[in-house]
Amino acid sequence: MTGATQDNLEDTVWMEHEAFIDRIPRWVAMTFLFVAVVAIWDLVTRLGWVSAIILPTPAETFFDLIFVGSNLMSGGYMLTALWTTTLTVFYGFLIAVAIGFSLGVLVGETKFGERAVMPYLVAIDTMPKVAFAPLFIAWLGFDIASKVALAAFIATFPIVVATAAGLYAATENERMLFKSIGASRMQTLVQLKLPTGLPYIFTGLKIAAVGVMAGAITGEFLGGGKGFGALIRQSASQLDTPRVFALILYLSLLGLALYFTVVWAQRRFVFWNKSDGPGGKA
Amino acid sequence: MAESRTASTESATQDAWPIYEIKRLSKTYARHNVTALSGVELTINKGEFVSVIGSSGCGKSTLLKIMAGLLPPTTGRVTLEGQPVTGPSTHIGMMFQQATLLPWKTTIENVVLPIAIREGRSAAKAAHSRGMALLELVGLGEFAEAYPGELSGGMAQRASICRMLVSDPSMLLLDEPFSALDELTRDFMNMELQRICAERQATTFLVTHSLDEAVILSDRILVMKSRPGRIVEDVRIDLPRPRTLEMVNTPYFGEIISHIRGLLGKEAHE
Repeated sequence: MTGATQDNLEDTVWMEHEAFIDRIPRWVAMTFLFVAVVAIWDLVTRLGWVSAIILPTPAETFFDLIFVGSNLMSGGYMLTALWTTTLTVFYGFLIAVAIGFSLGVLVGETKFGERAVMPYLVAIDTMPKVAFAPLFIAWLGFDIASKVALAAFIATFPIVVATAAGLYAATENERMLFKSIGASRMQTLVQLKLPTGLPYIFTGLKIAAVGVMAGAITGEFLGGGKGFGALIRQSASQLDTPRVFALILYLSLLGLALYFTVVWAQRRFVFWNKSDGPGGKA
Repeated sequence: MAESRTASTESATQDAWPIYEIKRLSKTYARHNVTALSGVELTINKGEFVSVIGSSGCGKSTLLKIMAGLLPPTTGRVTLEGQPVTGPSTHIGMMFQQATLLPWKTTIENVVLPIAIREGRSAAKAAHSRGMALLELVGLGEFAEAYPGELSGGMAQRASICRMLVSDPSMLLLDEPFSALDELTRDFMNMELQRICAERQATTFLVTHSLDEAVILSDRILVMKSRPGRIVEDVRIDLPRPRTLEMVNTPYFGEIISHIRGLLGKEAHE
């Protein structure tokens, strides 16, 4: 029993090799990548390889970032624009969730939905939805409503598909269990199929959160109005590229806020599912 | 069978009465015109443990679903305690291959799920103490508030035994309940199942792929063959109770195994 310690042989301990690139800590890696990209960007503009109208220098962009930031902080016209876009995104998302979820349940739960509704949804989904923008403007005017409609229209489909897929996710055994304990269709839907489908539904919501931003901004590009999209288009038409860059960066904060609200809700409601998928662990 | 039983269970066998009766049962799936079951006759007495064994596709799952009231028969008469089985019933408890615990509910909430579904949330709350007693019975008392994700496979199946028992069913239907577990856990669970069934004098119908498991647990084994699905032999197991895992090594056990294997093996040559 003690033989192992009595012999004179050396231990055969060895280290697992991990490549250098995999050993870099996250903050170092992120900082390094950021500095590298800005450095290359600076070099390219400084040497005049790219015209300043097409790509401004990092410094110019930085100053514009501060200018736009201070305008937002002081409650200037940019804040009003950001608020308009925020409302558009918020209403668009809400409407998309309401319609998408209802249609998803119809498609995923009833044979009628699966047989009759789904084919039409697929047909509409394959169309380039942005092409509907002029119609929405014609119907709803140049105000916020037409942008909300386009944003909701784009964001609805991923939620429908995800909800329907989620409702199929419960296993045969789980369905049999609910049947055997005498659960009604409604009970099976609410207490088994929907909770089981939540991870799918949240994946759809994440895709929708990205889509609703795209829809809102596209609407504002095409339909004018008082939103951030209109500001971006204005600056672009004045060849004020640094301003466009700065505006887009602040806009991305809105997108991130929505996205991570969904991620937060997912963690809160799908606490039992260990695999959040990409973005979930961020 | 009665002679081989121990004294404690003898009285139960003497005044045994049929609990579950199946007559002239057949099942045809119209869509594929497949006869899944044909001419099935079966009587299960109170307190009996009956297993069904057969190759996959022999119709044993169909038989179980019909017995559970999850599938309608094409012809025949199916009765539980004299009442026709025409749908799911509180008198039937089921267990499946997977534990199928809901991951967003705690263990105790999973155990009282059948009550929550049938009688509502407040009735389920009231049944918590009954659920706790069952969890104690299978040694899961301290895991009542844990979520299924924290349970091992064997523990999860034990919790699902409790869920099956919580509405105090008169008939237990088990669909290969331990086949997803490793062999050691499985042996242990089979002994647990025997103990629980004996304690409650439960009437049990087990679908299994494992010959050893069927022999060690059952009073009778129904051997099924396919095309069409039918019962070819009703084998009585005269081993004393309580059964132990060591019985696997007795000559009698070996004889039964080889007899059933012979019955099943012939099918391959047909």
